[in-house]
Amino acid sequence: MWYKLWELFYRFFLIGLFTIGGGYAMIPMITDAVLSEGWMSLEDLMNFFAIAESTPGPFAVNTATLVGFNFVIESPIMGALVATGAVVLPSFVIIYMIARNFHHLMENKYIVFALAGIKAVVVGLILSVVWNLMSNSIGIVTQLFKNWDFYALAIIVIILIISKISKKIGPIPLIILSGILGYIFYGLL
Amino acid sequence: MKILWHLFITFFKIGAFTFGGGLAMLPFIQDEMVRKHGWITEDEMLDIIAVAESTPGVIAVNTATFVGYKVKKFWGSLVATIGVILPSLFIICIIAMYFKDFLAIPAIAAIFKGIRAGVAVLILNAALTIYKKIKKDALSYVLMGLSFILSLFIPIDSIFIIIGGAVVSIIVHVAMSRGKEDAHVV
Repeated sequence: MWYKLWELFYRFFLIGLFTIGGGYAMIPMITDAVLSEGWMSLEDLMNFFAIAESTPGPFAVNTATLVGFNFVIESPIMGALVATGAVVLPSFVIIYMIARNFHHLMENKYIVFALAGIKAVVVGLILSVVWNLMSNSIGIVTQLFKNWDFYALAIIVIILIISKISKKIGPIPLIILSGILGYIFYGLL
Repeated sequence: MKILWHLFITFFKIGAFTFGGGLAMLPFIQDEMVRKHGWITEDEMLDIIAVAESTPGVIAVNTATFVGYKVKKFWGSLVATIGVILPSLFIICIIAMYFKDFLAIPAIAAIFKGIRAGVAVLILNAALTIYKKIKKDALSYVLMGLSFILSLFIPIDSIFIIIGGAVVSIIVHVAMSRGKEDAHVV
């Protein structure tokens, strides 16, 4: 169990350190950590992202808590505490230093250059996660279920993208809408 | 002591009642900190937002740490930070305990199948939001394309790709500014 906690700590510490521009930027890193270490399945993780998005509190903290809780089966609460503490620690230390008038830290040109590069890279990484999610769910769907599921998924995604672009609906209504569509397509039809 | 308790309660409330993470919390934080308690000024709040967005880490946590420090130094920052994450810990642990049983209900499973598609759309949207904020130069596009291709086709941890992006960006920017200086000399 101690090894698991350590693994969790150091993974989430790095994730907290390299997340710039909000919680979503950590999605590729969390996905990599979880899948490469075999902590849980991609499907589980997607459910977690959904919960993290639709419950109060910062997305990043919610996700860390969920992953920690579910990964350390021997002591879920410890897992949740360690993952959450680890993801928050870099922010705390960095901001504490800046607040103590280390303003020049963020004006250092090397740090500015590094942050610009990181933001661009994160866009590419997130896009590749979306790509993997889509192809993965289509792959699973065509192998395990009848073809209908594939069309259902395509229809759901198209409806959601259109409603997101045209109506600019917020994340919570979008999750509710996708839940309703899921119920109609996979539960009823 | 009283002000520490106040800080804790205020950030606990912010953690418990705001959905959608850091950016969604900012108006709420602003209202509580500037208008209701007068702990910080409007200008300081703008500074805090700029710092919180451009430094690594979770935006909500960054803001809590920064405001806490302004109000009551180290203990203020500690108390505010713990306050903002505590509701998440509680709520999420309770949900996590029952989630597996919950998902065993067929109707719920169908709903979550739809929600996973919704989450993919939200993640796609997040990429667009960050894209809007980056500098649109050749280097950005090259880094974006490379990171997409690398992470898709090579089993490499995205943390290394991120570190690589930072290093390449530093090297290119430094090389470009050197180039400009040389041009001046000539």
